[in-house]
Amino acid sequence: MAQAHGNRPISPHLQIWRWGPAMAVSILHRITGNGLAFAGLGLLLWWVGAIAAGESSYQTFVTWVWAGNGPALSFWTAILGKVVLVGLTWAFFQHLATGLRHFVLDIGAGYELHANARWSVLTVVFSLAATTLFWVFVHTAR
Amino acid sequence: MGNGTSIGRVRGLGSSHSGTHHFLASRLTAVGNLVLIPWLMVSLALLPAWDYATVRGWMAQPLAATAMVLIFINTVWHARLGVQVMLEDYVHEAPGKLLAWLLVNFVPAAAAVFGIVSIIRIALGGA
Repeated sequence: MAQAHGNRPISPHLQIWRWGPAMAVSILHRITGNGLAFAGLGLLLWWVGAIAAGESSYQTFVTWVWAGNGPALSFWTAILGKVVLVGLTWAFFQHLATGLRHFVLDIGAGYELHANARWSVLTVVFSLAATTLFWVFVHTAR
Repeated sequence: MGNGTSIGRVRGLGSSHSGTHHFLASRLTAVGNLVLIPWLMVSLALLPAWDYATVRGWMAQPLAATAMVLIFINTVWHARLGVQVMLEDYVHEAPGKLLAWLLVNFVPAAAAVFGIVSIIRIALGGA
């Protein structure tokens, strides 16, 4: 039996793995999840809190995150805001798709190499398509 | 490691016996998010306008307010479970680990309460 050493690695870190679809969407699941947790819920709380606080607070939120019609700096933060909002919808759809992938893996299915790689790639195809469709829907629904 | 008996030296270093609950809660809240977040996104997209009166009027409705409160319970809990796993994987040293443990418990609780208080205030027509 191999001898245990005190400084053995705890788990293989990101740079250990050879890049491939499965490991890429696995780390993407973590990145999108944490992005949604911090940026997504942070923005949601600001938005809801601003609505609760009153009209001027809501206007401040809209100015800085979307409209950019306030101080000069808000022009730039509004561009950033749009990038973040589109990014968050993509992160949501990606996290949703890789989350469903994890449900399938949880029941012990989908571990065959080719099927695993194919479904991994399809989560990215889905997230990009869903993000595009959602924003087209936003601009055409009204 | 200090002195003490063999069992005393290893107590508290093993399984917490709550991993299964964490795993299942993460999956359960994921299913909740599968309903709640698309509902929020589609509802916002379908609003006739995004001015203050429209958005607030929509959010004050009982169904919308209920779903928003559910988001602040379910989604924040899901996020808290996931962030905890990330921290456990990357933060190993004593001071940072303690700080991370404090924050991952306090911040989501504060966030959820702030969100729910805001929704109640909107729904009951204050300010």
